[in-house]
Amino acid sequence: MSDITINVNGKPVSGPVEGRTLLVDFLRGAGLTGTHVGCDTSQCGACVVHVDGKAVKACSIFAVEAEGAEVATIEGQANPDGSLNVIQQAFQDHHGLQCGFCTPGMVMSAAALLKENPRPSEHEIREYLEGNICRCTGYHNIVKAIMAASGQDVSAIAAE
Amino acid sequence: MKGQGRSKATGPVQEETKMYAFDFERPDTIDDALKALGAEDAQPLSGGQTLIPTLKSRLAMPSKLVSLTAIPELKGICTSDDGALCVGAATTHAEVAAGAGAYPALAALAGNIGDPAVRNRGTIGGSLANNDPSACYPAAALASGATIVTNSRQIAADDFFDGMFTTVLDEGEIIVEVRFPVPQKASYQKFEQPASRFALVGVFVAKYPDGVRVAVTGAAEDGVFRWTQAETALSSDFSAGAVSGLDVPDNAMIGDLHGSPEYRAHLVKVMTGRAVKAAG
Repeated sequence: MSDITINVNGKPVSGPVEGRTLLVDFLRGAGLTGTHVGCDTSQCGACVVHVDGKAVKACSIFAVEAEGAEVATIEGQANPDGSLNVIQQAFQDHHGLQCGFCTPGMVMSAAALLKENPRPSEHEIREYLEGNICRCTGYHNIVKAIMAASGQDVSAIAAE
Repeated sequence: MKGQGRSKATGPVQEETKMYAFDFERPDTIDDALKALGAEDAQPLSGGQTLIPTLKSRLAMPSKLVSLTAIPELKGICTSDDGALCVGAATTHAEVAAGAGAYPALAALAGNIGDPAVRNRGTIGGSLANNDPSACYPAAALASGATIVTNSRQIAADDFFDGMFTTVLDEGEIIVEVRFPVPQKASYQKFEQPASRFALVGVFVAKYPDGVRVAVTGAAEDGVFRWTQAETALSSDFSAGAVSGLDVPDNAMIGDLHGSPEYRAHLVKVMTGRAVKAAG
C-alpha cells in the first residue's frame, strides 16, 4: 500500500492503493461512482474517463499510473452552476439514454471526440464510439445527441 | 480491508480483487527499468491494454510490474539520417496515427487499432513484444523490414517474431525503438473479426525500390508471416491482378468459429489484392 494523489476534476484526491488497484476502483472508492464498471474487460467503455485530456478506459489503467495526472470524470462535466453541459443536455433532449448505465462513458467519449473534431459526421461519431457499448442498443439517439451537441442540425435524422 | 472503517472519501474499493498482488515500479529511465526488471518474475508493462485484462483473468502472476510509459527516452517519433521513421517503443497508437505522417500507411494502421480509448494507452512496443497472432503492428514491422532496437541489440523484423505470442526477446530485454524504412507505396488492409475487431486477416503490402514485401497477420497458426510468392509476383508487376492467379499460401491457417482455415487462406489473397489496389 502506498498513498497517491490524483487531481480529479480539478481537486486533489488522495488515498492508499496497491499496485493492482485500478483507476476505476480508486475513483469509485473515493465516492465518484459515476464512472461505471460494465464489462471490466476493457471492451464496453462504461468506465471511460480522461487522463491528461485523453479518453482512457479506467478499468485498464492502474491508479498508480495516473498519479499526478489530471483526471476528468462525469462528475466534473456539468457547468459550474450545476446545470447540464452541452453534451449532457443534448443527451437529455434527444433521449440519448435508456437505462443510463453506459451514459457516463458515452458522454466522456463524446467530449473527447468533440475536442478533437468539433463537427464530426455521423459516420465519424459511430467510428469513435466503437469502444462504447450500449446494452440497450440505443445508439441512434446517442449519435443524434452528439451531432446536436456539436451544433449540427439533426432534424433530418429520424428518431429510431 | 473490510470492516476497518475506511474513509469513503479516500479508500479504494478492494472488495473484489481479481488480480494476484504484485509490486509496481514506474521508473523514468531505461537503466532503472532494466534494474527493476532484474527481479525474479518481474514483467514489463507498457500500455497494458492486453496485459491488464490478462492479469484480471489470472493468466499471469508477475512478482513485479515495471511500467515503461513514464520513460521519456521511449516516447516519440522522428526521422533518422537514412530516412527511416523511428518510433519510440512507448509511443501510443494514437500518437503514431497523428504523428507518422511520413509513413501514411503506418499512421493509418495505428489509427485503426482497437478503439480510441485503447489507442490512447496501447503502444507499439507492447504490441510487438506481445506478438498476438491477430495484432496489426507485427504485419507493419515485417512488411517494412523494420529494425527492432532493444536495450542491447538491433533485431531485424524477419528474425524477431518467433511464433504465436513469442518473440526472440530475452528475459528483461525491452524494445526501445522501432525503425521503419519508408516505402514508395504501402497499404494495410484489415478484415475485422466483427466482435473483437481484431484482424481476422490483415495484409500489409509495402513497395520498396528493391522489391515488394507482403506480411500477413491474423491468419496463420504461427502468427505473422511473409507471403513470398505474392512478393515475387508483385515485385515484377505491382497490380492486384498479379496476385489473383496465385495459389493461396500453404501456411497452417487458424480455424475457429469465425472462419475456417480455407476461408482465411482465401481472405489472404483477397486482402492482398485490396492492399495493392489501395497502395495505388
